Formats: sequence, C-alpha cells, structure tokens
Amino acid sequence: MREMEIYVHIPFCVQKCSYCDFLSMPADDDVKKQYIGRLKEEIRQMSEEYPGRPVKSVFFGGGTPSILPGSVITGIMDCIRENFQIQSGAEITIECNPGTLDVSRLTQYKKAGINRLSLGLQSADDKELKLLGRIHTYEDFLKSFDCARKCGFDNINVDVMSGLPTQKLKSWEQTLKKVTGLKPEHISAYGLIVEEGTPFWKIYGYDEETRRKGEQPLFLPSEEEERQMYAFTVEYLGKKGYERYEISNYARPGHQCIHNRGYWDRSDYLGVGLGASSMMDNCRFSNTGSMEEYLKGRTLEGEKYRLSRREQMEEFMFLGMRMTEGISRTDFLKAFQVTVDFVYGDILKKLEQEGLVRDEKGRICLTDRGIDVSNYVFSQFLMDEEE
Amino acid sequence: MIDQSKIRNFCIIAHIDHGKSTLADRIIEMTGLLTSREMQAQVLDNMDLERERGITIKAQAVRIIYKAKDGEEYIFNLIDTPGHVDFNYEVSRSLAACEGAVLVVDAAQGVEAQTLANVYLALDHDLDIMPVINKIDLPSADPQRVIEEIEDVIGIEAQDAPQISAKTGLNVDQVLEQIVQKIPAPKGDPNAPLQALIFDSLYDSYKGVIVFCRIKEGTVKVGTPIKMMATGATADVVEVGYFGAGQFIPCDELSAGMVGYITASLKNVKDTRVGDTITNRLHPCDKPLPGYKKVNPMVYCGMYPADGAKYPDLRDALEKLQLNDASLQFEPETSAALGFGFRCGFLGLLHLEIIQERLEREYNLDLVTTAPGVIYKVHKTDGTVIDLTNPSNLPDPSEIDYMEEPMVSAEIMVTSEYIGAIMDLCQERRGVYVSMEYMEETRALIKYDLPLNEIIYDFFDALKSRSRGYASFDYEMKGYARSNLVKLDILINKEEVDALSFIVFAGSAYERGRKMCEKLKEEIPRHLFEIPIQAAVGGKVIARETVKAMRKDVLAKCYGGDISRKRKLLEKQKEGKKRMRQIGNVEIPQKAFMSVLKLDDK
Repeated sequence: MREMEIYVHIPFCVQKCSYCDFLSMPADDDVKKQYIGRLKEEIRQMSEEYPGRPVKSVFFGGGTPSILPGSVITGIMDCIRENFQIQSGAEITIECNPGTLDVSRLTQYKKAGINRLSLGLQSADDKELKLLGRIHTYEDFLKSFDCARKCGFDNINVDVMSGLPTQKLKSWEQTLKKVTGLKPEHISAYGLIVEEGTPFWKIYGYDEETRRKGEQPLFLPSEEEERQMYAFTVEYLGKKGYERYEISNYARPGHQCIHNRGYWDRSDYLGVGLGASSMMDNCRFSNTGSMEEYLKGRTLEGEKYRLSRREQMEEFMFLGMRMTEGISRTDFLKAFQVTVDFVYGDILKKLEQEGLVRDEKGRICLTDRGIDVSNYVFSQFLMDEEE
Repeated sequence: MIDQSKIRNFCIIAHIDHGKSTLADRIIEMTGLLTSREMQAQVLDNMDLERERGITIKAQAVRIIYKAKDGEEYIFNLIDTPGHVDFNYEVSRSLAACEGAVLVVDAAQGVEAQTLANVYLALDHDLDIMPVINKIDLPSADPQRVIEEIEDVIGIEAQDAPQISAKTGLNVDQVLEQIVQKIPAPKGDPNAPLQALIFDSLYDSYKGVIVFCRIKEGTVKVGTPIKMMATGATADVVEVGYFGAGQFIPCDELSAGMVGYITASLKNVKDTRVGDTITNRLHPCDKPLPGYKKVNPMVYCGMYPADGAKYPDLRDALEKLQLNDASLQFEPETSAALGFGFRCGFLGLLHLEIIQERLEREYNLDLVTTAPGVIYKVHKTDGTVIDLTNPSNLPDPSEIDYMEEPMVSAEIMVTSEYIGAIMDLCQERRGVYVSMEYMEETRALIKYDLPLNEIIYDFFDALKSRSRGYASFDYEMKGYARSNLVKLDILINKEEVDALSFIVFAGSAYERGRKMCEKLKEEIPRHLFEIPIQAAVGGKVIARETVKAMRKDVLAKCYGGDISRKRKLLEKQKEGKKRMRQIGNVEIPQKAFMSVLKLDDK
C-alpha cells in the first residue's frame, strides 16, 4: 500500500494578517463547533474512499490551528487515528502562532501525539510585526518557544519573512541572529509576496508590469536590498548549521520536514477541511472555499482531475527541482519508463548552458542562479498540449 | 421607359459625425423602402466595422421612390460616399455620378474642416448644393448661427435650409421635397453611344465583379458588348439592375441619367477601376469621361502573421480583400526579425487600420505590423531614382545623392483658444505655415504644408488631444520636396532589428531614437542577461537604454498543496513567451513593434 500524508485545514485566526491570502477568518464559537463536526465527518468519509493506506505525516495548518483549545485538536487526532493507519514515528505537525500558545495546549498536543511545532514568528522586530498585522510581539514568541521546549518539543520550525515593508538588511540580520540563537531544528525563510486581494495589495500592490521591470513600490525594500537579505540568509543559515534543502526551507541534519517534502516528491496527500487540496493516485482535487457550502456537507469543489502522463512529468520536474537535491534520473525512469533526456533533453541542455541547472551524480538540480529565477526554469518544463 | 425628369441623383456630404448615414437611413425609411423594424441602424453601412466606427468605407447606393407633393413619383438615387480623407478619390467619383449634394451640417458644431473640403469637392463637380441643418434637437443647437456660418464661410444660400433631426425624423420630409425642387434632373441622350462612369465595384463569388455605375449617355442592357476605356477590359453584359435596400434588383436596361449596376462575368476588380468609363465596344463614345486616375497607395507597412505558419492564410486573406479593394497592394517580403510577411500599400492610415482589423476579425489572423512609412524618392548618384517603400532597401549613403519626401497641404479648423497649441504641433512636425483666416470670431482655418510622414503616425491623435477634440483636419497630397532624411536603426542586444528601422528627418533622429529606446525598454521584459537597446544612424549610436537583467523570479511561498495554482502561474509565464518574437537570444513582445508608433507624449 502506498503511503500517504494528511493535511488538516483550520481556517480560523484571531485576526487576519495584512499579507495573508490563505483561507482563514475570525469566527464565533458556534461556527467553529460546527466546522469541527464536519471535519471529523469528512475524515470518516475519506477513510472509506482510501482505506488501509499507511500515513507518514499529519499537518495541521491554517489559519491558526493553535487558536482551538487543546482538547479539540486531540479530538481531531483521535478521529484520524480511528480511521487511518498512522505509522509509528510519523511526523505530526501543528502550526502555532505566538500569543495563542500556553502550557495546557502544548501538553495536550503532546498527548495527542503531535511531535513537531511550526511557529509563525515572521520577524524579531516589533515594529515590523505590527506592520504585518501580527497579534504578537517578539517577547510573546520567546515565551512560546521556551514553553514548547519545556513541554518537551524537540522538533520546532520557525517561519521568518524577508522583504517586509520598511525592513532593512540590519533588521533582517537581527531576526536571523536571534532565531538561530534559539537553535530551532528547522527554519522556513520566505520572501514576502504581496498577493492580490490582501490589504497589503491595496497599500503596496503593484501590477505585473512594474514587477516585471523590477521596480518596487514605496516602503518595500529595493531590489538591491532584497538581494542582500537573500544572500545573507543562504550564507548565514549555512554557517549556523542549517542546510538549505528547498528554495525557502532550511534544516539541521535529520530535521527536514517530511510533510512538505511530500508535496515536492509527489507523495499522495489528502487534504481535509475548508479549501484543502489533495493529490491521491495522480488525481488532484480540492475542497470548496465556501464555509456555508462546507458546513452543508458539499465538500468537493469541481471534480477530481486525473493528471495526464504529460502533466505528471511536468510536475515531477517543477516540483522536484524545488528541492536542492533536485530530481533523480532513475526515479524519473521508474515513474515514466522513459529517460528524462528523452523528454527534456533539449531543454535541460539549454538550461545548463544558461547556467541554471547542473547534472550531478545522476541527479539534476538548480544552480544558485537557477534558484533565483526558478519560475523561468520551471516554466520551461511545461510542454505544449499536442506534444 | 423612365422619365428622365423624374430622376434625382444625389449624395449626402458631411463632416464625420454630423449625421450623414443617419439621414440616409431616415430617407430610406420614410420613402417606405423599409419599415423601421426591418432596418438595422444605418442600412448603408454594410460592414460591422463601418457601423462600429460610424464611418462609411465603401460607396453604397440605393434607389428609392418618392411620391412628392405635386403628386408625381420620383426616383431618387442616393449615393453614400466614404467619409474619410483616405478615400478622397472615391468620394470624387461618387460625386461625379450625381447632379446634387445634400450638405449636412451639425447645428451645434457648425462648419468643420471636412465640411469645407467636401463642399469644394462638390463644387468642383458642378453639383448643386442643398444645405441641411441637422441635430436641431440638441440642447446646444444654434441653427441660426450655423446658417449664417454656411452663408459666410461657404458662400451658399442657406436661409431656407431644412432644420431637421435625422435621429427623430423631424422635418426630414422637407429634405425630400427640396431634393425634388432644388436638385436638377439628369441630362443625357439614351440613344447616344454608351458612356457610363464607374463609381465603385464589388466582387461577388457567384456573379463576378458587380460594377456600380452612372449612365451619362446611351443605354446598356443584357448582351451589350462593353469595354472599360482605361483598363481596356472587355466583356458582354450578363445582368443590369438597380439598388434596392441591401439587394440588387435586375431590370431590363439602364439608360442615360440612371444609376445602377452591371455584371459581365468579370473576374477581377482591377479591370473595373473606379473612375473608368464603360462604353459599347462596337459603338464607342468619342472620349472617356474626365477625371480618371489610378489611385496609388500613400502609406506602406509590413504585415506579418504572429504565427509564422499562418503565412499562406495571410496571403489568401489579402488576396480576398483585394478582390474588393483595388487600392490595396501587397507583395511578399522577408524580415530577419519577423520572418515571412507582406509589404502592403494603403491609401492612408485609416485604410491601413481597416485592412488590419478586417484581417484580424474576418480572417482570424494575429498580425504584427511594422511602423507605417511613406514612399520616399531616392535620387542616386548614378542619376537613377528609386521609390523606397521599405526602409531596409535604402541604398548605401555613398550611393545617395539626395532624397525627397511626399508633402501634403493640410487644413485645420480650430477654436481660437487652441490655435497656439495646434501651431506648435504643426511646427514640431516640420510644418510650413501657409495662412490663417478666421471663419468667425472664435474659429480659424489654419493652413500648413506638412511632410506626409509626420502625419501618418499619431498626428490625428495629437491634434485631438491638444485641442481637446475641437480641431478638425483635412489634407490633400502636394507632391514631393527635397529633405534631409536618414535611416534610424534600432539595435537590441547589439543586433539590428530590421522591422524597427525607419526613415526619419535628420533633425528629429535623436529625439525619435531616444523615445523609441525608452518605449522599447518598457515593452521588453527582463531577461537572464542585460539587454542594451540602441538607436543608431549610419552605424553611430545616438541613444541608448538598458533592460536590466532579471535578478529574481522565484515563488518563495509555496506550501499548502495547491499545485494547480502554481501550475497556472507557470503556464501564464509560458504563454507570455509564445507571444514573443525571438531576435538573437532576446524575446520581444509582438506589441513592442506597434507600441513604438505612439510617441507623442503631450
């Protein structure tokens, strides 16, 4: 039986951050209660559809899953365990926001079998946090982190973000220094993307044309500053013992995130909850984004979409190459019974000439320059319909 | 036999938007040819394009029966003329087919540049002009002022001009009655040798060419052996008839004074040039009707299929359009940048735009068009002269003695507050001031001689924007003048892009080159490497811009399993590439080739 992963979406938060374009909203207790009921129902239904599959990871994402009382999370975990085969040693992560964590919650998470925490810090600068619309201070984060360690969590990720409004290289350096000082096992370092539909878009939004030309709107760091922050991240985290294993993810040895890796190496994953996406047996599908519909029990949005062989190959490339180790020639051959050169030979040759990919011990991966312009590289792997 | 004295052949002339086609529609409706329910707005404008743009592109004609107050039935032949300076020659031939013209003047706008140009054209053809004041239902209408203006500026009697609203039909009956009273009946002897004027033609895949003509002398019927006096084409008449609304109605014969059509299994509109005279080849007339000339294209540009594989489709489409449009010319050319395409010749920019739009809409072609240019005369040191339509063919400077460019004399009518702005514009475009006269206190007619290549770009747009839409403009060709011209080349990443080269006045080269570079910098996306954009004259770089290298194009945040969204993003990126042209290792968006045409930034 093929392994699979489970993603659980908790679309609630105390207050929506100004840059956030995930499906999340503040909600009253009644809606939350109904939602959890529906969620468990969905878990039961899905287990009938995909019975007997060993589960290698569970991920509670959001929103802010830690907004829910510990007992609720325990309840959901129990439901998952009753319906799916969770492997021993499976990675079970919950996303938490500083300011929503306390000893009682953490103890219950631990009891529920959760063994990994992902803390959304974003910045160690209180002024920057405020601009992002975060509800916590750096001090709040320190307390949460300390508390988590005390409760015995030995696998913690910290999310940080560069390219923030008014951010300078100095403050970014400070954020990274402070975070690495705490020695978390994993760091996700993202660059801010101003997404359409967010409050940030209205303030800092800029059209495609402007972005293409490399001009930055007011208050956001200039391209040059962003470059410096980025270069500092790679170099500094490396020096501190964090290996970059994916475009934005860094981990100390043995602590790469199993769940996230699953997305890149095309493991099967089942998403439950509002708006969650799934890929099971090369079918992609996603749940409705409407709370009303979801609560009524109409879960699926559209139909399950079976990926063609061409699309599977494309995904294999543009997802696999997000990881620094790149893709394996043997794996490609095994998956598609044809060599990667047969399909992508010319493109790979061109990308190699442009200095964007390199061939290494049977694997093909992005160069540093390739990472910088990875969207360009990935778009090359899309084939024309008729080919 | 139709009584000649009961025929009225007339056209309607007006400045654009003064309501020419609306009045034509109303007349057709009121004479009972069509009920208003059957009418699609503006019957005579057949093409979608004509309706959308509110202009008439091809001449049209319709025959209507009017029962006048004297109790008699009259036959009206209404010939609708094209409403744009590009088609001036067609207009003049349509006028030559009439005895009178209904002059429509907007009751609020008054006399405009094209009003004047059309009136002069009509007077040249000895037409009786009957003024009509339209749009009197507008709040800003001032019919009395306009009547005085017509009398003062044009010098024709206008006191009893019908004051109408073509839109609502108000007083249109007065127009009909005045047509009977004021426009003379045609003359001509039905028994004389045939002499018929071609004022338009149209290709029909079943009947061949349908020739629109006005019989000046003699009679034509089925079987008449005819000859086109200028082109020499001969044929036997298969069908004659007159114009119903939107249909051809066959009849037995057409005789002197009548307007109608002839078919004779002719395969090509080139044989039936507008302005040519049809005669009976067994009993020919002494001499052709005056005024025939072969119209030549004024403006040239390269047209390329966006998708190279569509080259044969483009050729087929151009051939089909040419069947109905003898003034469209094209020949194959190749560009290093754009591949295989055609160098096409047009009467003017509007004609160019119309053809381009028809190719895109009716033939579903995606086109890349190069900057339009005029025909330059290159006098070489060896004494020969070449007509240059494609900048790429300019001989080496050492072989050129001097060059000449076509000139126009332009008339611009503008309200007094914008005179300064418009004169500035004309000066910038190398205009030579000729004269200015006040039509009335607040309006002046300014005359300038301008190089044609200065007005084919965005002159009209600039004129409108600098006068807030108050200036009107008309021009006619005025021969060639010697000029200091150079070829401006554009180099992208050190490679010359032939499709972007153009001929420019030496004194404007730096300014134009700089603007071109700036514009291209905006249009060309960042690549993995830095791209210099240079403008050069004779190998010497005169302006430069740089498209910076793409530093970063990465989607950092991509967790959550929503891969479809990521795929869409990549697909969009890839799709964008498809609309690019590869020049060396630089990808240039197709629209960059066109965007450089709009350089006036005021």
